[in-house]
Amino acid sequence: MPSRTPKAALARLLDEIGSVDQVGIEERVAKFTTRSIKKTAKVWGLRMAVSMTDLTTLEGKDTPGKIESLCQKALHPHDDPTVPSVAAVCVYPSMVRHAKALVGGSTVKVASVATAFPSGQTHFKTRIAEVKGAVADGADEIDMVINRGAFLSGDFAKVEDEIAGVVEACGKAALKVILEVSELETYDNIRAASFIAMGAIRPGDFIKTSTGKTTLNATLGNNQVMIEAIRDFFVDTGIAIGMKPAGGIKTAKQSLQFLIAVKETLGDAWLTPKRYRFGASSLLNDLLRQLEKEKSGAYQAPYHFSDAAESY
Amino acid sequence: MPTTKDTREARGRLIFGDLWEFDPAPETADPKLKPRYDLFIGGKFVRPKTGKYFDSINPGNERKLAEIALAGPSDVDAAYRAAAAAFKGWSVLPGRERGKYLFRIARLLQDRAREFAVAETLDGGKPIKESRDFDVPMAAAHFFYHAGWADKLEYVAPGRTVAPLGVVGQVIPWNFPLLMLAWKLAPALAMGNCVVLKPAETTSITALKLAEILQDAGLPDGVVNFVTGAGETGAAVMGHPGAAKVAFTGSTEVGKAIMRQLAGTDRKMTMELGGKAANIVFDDAPIDQAVEGIVNGIFFNQGHVCCAGSRLLVQESVAARIVSKLKMRIRMLKVGDPLDKNTDLGAINSKAQLATIKRLVASGVREGATMYQPPCELPERGFYFPPTLFTNVTQSHRVAREEIFGPVLSILTFRTVDEAIEKANNTPYGLSAGVWTDKGSRILRMSTELKAGVVWANTFNRFDPSSPFGGYKESGFGREGGRQGLLDYASIK
Repeated sequence: MPSRTPKAALARLLDEIGSVDQVGIEERVAKFTTRSIKKTAKVWGLRMAVSMTDLTTLEGKDTPGKIESLCQKALHPHDDPTVPSVAAVCVYPSMVRHAKALVGGSTVKVASVATAFPSGQTHFKTRIAEVKGAVADGADEIDMVINRGAFLSGDFAKVEDEIAGVVEACGKAALKVILEVSELETYDNIRAASFIAMGAIRPGDFIKTSTGKTTLNATLGNNQVMIEAIRDFFVDTGIAIGMKPAGGIKTAKQSLQFLIAVKETLGDAWLTPKRYRFGASSLLNDLLRQLEKEKSGAYQAPYHFSDAAESY
Repeated sequence: MPTTKDTREARGRLIFGDLWEFDPAPETADPKLKPRYDLFIGGKFVRPKTGKYFDSINPGNERKLAEIALAGPSDVDAAYRAAAAAFKGWSVLPGRERGKYLFRIARLLQDRAREFAVAETLDGGKPIKESRDFDVPMAAAHFFYHAGWADKLEYVAPGRTVAPLGVVGQVIPWNFPLLMLAWKLAPALAMGNCVVLKPAETTSITALKLAEILQDAGLPDGVVNFVTGAGETGAAVMGHPGAAKVAFTGSTEVGKAIMRQLAGTDRKMTMELGGKAANIVFDDAPIDQAVEGIVNGIFFNQGHVCCAGSRLLVQESVAARIVSKLKMRIRMLKVGDPLDKNTDLGAINSKAQLATIKRLVASGVREGATMYQPPCELPERGFYFPPTLFTNVTQSHRVAREEIFGPVLSILTFRTVDEAIEKANNTPYGLSAGVWTDKGSRILRMSTELKAGVVWANTFNRFDPSSPFGGYKESGFGREGGRQGLLDYASIK
């Protein structure tokens, strides 16, 4: 009987899906950062990034008032009416009702984190109940966390079964599976977890890097590991899975580098909010600022943009 | 929301289309070119005694960039006399003083990095991102590294004493004009030699721009002399009786001619010649990173690299997967204007080289190998060639044996480790090799059994001034870089 240690479980999976060389993949993504995006291509990329943003607030101090402000910003990011709405607002389950009341009927979706976000360390029954509650309150999308404890102890079946359970609880809501890459640590682990998740979710569901609650979040490196996993899975099965890097993407320049990675790895069919999202809060205003700069040639002060946190 | 085009995708088929095309992003720094460049002899720019000049053109658009002086035998002679005169003072200068000049050259080159990068790209056709991120910074790094050695020469060969050789004649190729110049100049000068150097005829401009830096650095007159011209000038530099040593980087054919010319003399030689490197991928290698390494190995600098990984050996069990991923990856390579910051593959260096590539590629097709080129539009003017893969290649195909020196990869397969070693070594060349595997012990075994001067493991085309570079067999002898490279410019007692 084959060994059941965590190491053996990972080795078996990697033997099937292939491993990742850290130095090599970091060299690859460094090339994305040297691409030079100008003029119309830049405006196209910035507007695409706005439309892909999951505008997020996940704080203990969130209130219906804060959610209202977030939703207004999501619907109308800027005075310029040609700037698109964002893809979704991302909130805690208790705020779903308030958000739905404000953005329901528009193109902006309500996404809710669930499954005892961010740690996931509670009973499975409780996590499932939380998902069902959020969906009942009107959530269009659910952002779940995987069971990292089970993953690191080599119990991949449990990780997969739990994701399958959440898929069922989601009903019509789309699902985004957060791997929490900083707790998985290695690129091999991130690739393995991506495949476990993709095996359990439906076409059009997403895998997502992080909760934004740990030290290291989305980087071009772990984004690349995950989109290469999505590409390999798609080429083999024809099933298209979406991707959401979250946390740590604060500037327009960064978001363009992520989009270049998507363009050169997954191709045109993933350059859409249906298949690629940014989980971010401060990114949006920097995108708007860059768009204004492309129009006027000058940078505006942060306070010209609504909901700006920066000031003098 | 931006509109996305209708994307009716076939099952499992990725679309790399024109949804998000990048706008042109040309580098705009001024290369500060002169309309005419004279010879650099005795610290001054002097007109050639031949009275003749030849054109240097931009291979990216076939336009003339500048006129370059054509040096005849009497010009070469004048250069050797200037070098011999300078050697008296330069060779006895304390090492730390020579080091100061080298540090100054390195810093001045860094100061003018963008200007030099643009000049290098205009003259040679390589993409600006490579001259900006590789050629110019590495050239400066070689001057810095050898500046550090200049006052520590007593440690180069512990227990023995080293002395400079005298005047060194050097001839360099057109693929890395400024970098090869730095590889040649820096160790020679650090050791206390004086130099007569001939750049390649198609790429003389950055050497002559560097001459301006040598003047600005206050380098004593005659320590470095540049004579420009084609093969005849090169033969005069290599054959001059005033040379204590000659160093040549270029084709094996020319290297052999030089060795015939110098046979029977007491002149020291180092030769860095051609290559047909095997890049070996085992079935346990991280596939995507190996594919990236293969791309970097063969398409770097349009494949104009003597150590390019031009023979890909893939283990049969993963060959189909590697080839399909490789085809997908090379569709992403942007071929075009070398000055555009997004260009991955620039112009082929010259019309003659383009003809050579086309001839060898035609032989591959004729001999029955399967060719793949991704759809790509080449500019109307200038010398361009698309990235090219050959599958179903065997050891008997010309494309597997001859150095193509272009963006053309021949793909062969193997079954076992022994077979990989056998095939990799089945070539008159032996400059470099690459090994891709997750298994450390296999890397160590391969690195001892592969007859190549450099063996890269899970990477390719990595260089460092401290790491010696050079060949086995018909790829040459002598080393450049590191302690070993310095010793090739010294007499050891």
